Amino acid sequence: MKEPSMPDPAPLDDYIAAAARVLELPIDPAWQPELRANLELTLRLAAVVAAFPLPDEADAAPVFEA
Amino acid sequence: MADVASDARVDLAWASAGEIAAAVAAGRASATEVIEAALARIAARKALNAFTAVVAERAGAKARALDEARAKCRPLGPLAGVPFAVKNLFDVAGLPTLAGSKINRDRAPAVRDATLIERLEAAGAVLVGALNMGEYAYDFTGENVHDGPSRNPHDTTRMTGGSSGGSGAAVAGGLVPIALGSDTNGSIRVPASFCGLFGFKPTYGRLSRARSFPFVGSLDHVGPLARTTRDLALSYDAMQGHDPDDPVCARRPVEPSLRALTRDTKGLRIAVAGGYFRRGASPESVAAVERVAQALGAARELELPEAGRARAAAFVITTAEGASVHLNRLRTRANEYDPAVRDRLLSGALVPAALVQSAQKFRRWYRARVLELFADVDVILAPATPGPAPLIGQQMFALDGVETPVRANLGIFTQPISFIGLPVVAVPVPLDPLPLGVQIIAAPWREEVALAVAHTLEQVGVAKAPRPRIANGE
Repeated sequence: MKEPSMPDPAPLDDYIAAAARVLELPIDPAWQPELRANLELTLRLAAVVAAFPLPDEADAAPVFEA
Repeated sequence: MADVASDARVDLAWASAGEIAAAVAAGRASATEVIEAALARIAARKALNAFTAVVAERAGAKARALDEARAKCRPLGPLAGVPFAVKNLFDVAGLPTLAGSKINRDRAPAVRDATLIERLEAAGAVLVGALNMGEYAYDFTGENVHDGPSRNPHDTTRMTGGSSGGSGAAVAGGLVPIALGSDTNGSIRVPASFCGLFGFKPTYGRLSRARSFPFVGSLDHVGPLARTTRDLALSYDAMQGHDPDDPVCARRPVEPSLRALTRDTKGLRIAVAGGYFRRGASPESVAAVERVAQALGAARELELPEAGRARAAAFVITTAEGASVHLNRLRTRANEYDPAVRDRLLSGALVPAALVQSAQKFRRWYRARVLELFADVDVILAPATPGPAPLIGQQMFALDGVETPVRANLGIFTQPISFIGLPVVAVPVPLDPLPLGVQIIAAPWREEVALAVAHTLEQVGVAKAPRPRIANGE
């Protein structure tokens, strides 16, 4: 499984600040390092998933009946 | 199945639910006596930190009603007088539903029990209390910053596993024979593994989650933990059935598992999950799976395609969907969360939606590939956890030879399975000094196959809930 590289932290800090403002989420500066570490990990894992080739017609599966 | 000894010297702490119900039905023990003994054990073993609320008055009234019913020769139900407890995310009438949090202590008391509590009590079981858990179920450790960690009865310096940590401690510690937990990514199977219990996560949609506090709607399952497979089947059969109060609860008839428990499992096609499930496994996990595979004559190995990616997708969906449950609270009460949970939920709120949807689309692809495997096999075996219980507070452990954070990685082997809702019984392999679980994974809606295989392993002694050393001398 390909492991994409870590996102550059500077734009990620900017993204957190902007997105948190849009969502009206107050972020204490003391929480930032841990929050960023979590988001970095999540984006790395999300990139692993998104890198998997699926056709445009691929659908999600909200129902799991056999 | 041995009944409780008729000399009335019943070991109520370690009797199975089936044995207790038989003793109460036969009049060898009263329900009141059984419940009083359970309440006394809960009080005596507070050090396990399993319970966050005990409903002594309610339990006593229910027990007296059962004893009166027996005196009038009325039917008592298959779980008559069996004490049980629930992870504190299940609604218990009269209590605020904590879900392991400080914030929820402000909630109004629940007005009605969760469906599964109602169904167990309709079968004669007696609720004795609510159990400690990781905050909002976003946890694999069983630690809780508000209530303190639940403690592993096999070694109280070690994690119970989470997030159903109190459920693991209560059953392994001999406080109750059955506890309910929830499992979004492994929260029944991880504590079952660390505490040496049988843990059962049925197919997604099989058991009603009505009136339980959600974590990740598209991944949340509920189920029992017990010390025997028969107790899993007894409680499962009492809890099955459609429930319009849970939108994902399937419209399927009750499919009783108790009679199927003793079916011959020799003809089943059983394979061991290799690849991803071997790479992160400790020598203990490999040994546990080998013991189980050998006992079942399972020589074949197969690979769940893209299991690592499935785990990654489950991680992404969990953090984003979990954050959506908490978005408003994060705006107003972020300071009152466990900081570790808060920082993960805040991060989850910021994950771009397109990435979450990609994970959901991948989920369908992965499900289709794994279901293809079930054309050739009936059961897949995999370790439940990468190793035995870490120390409470431990931050790092070795995974595939690399030092890795404990918290995020205890569920690496459970996540790719619950991701597509497959039914699993986690069976305890009594390794020394600490037990370890193996997942018995079946095709959707084939719970009875997983239970029968778990029962076979129990019969030959390969799977067994070991009695913890703290029990000696008590």
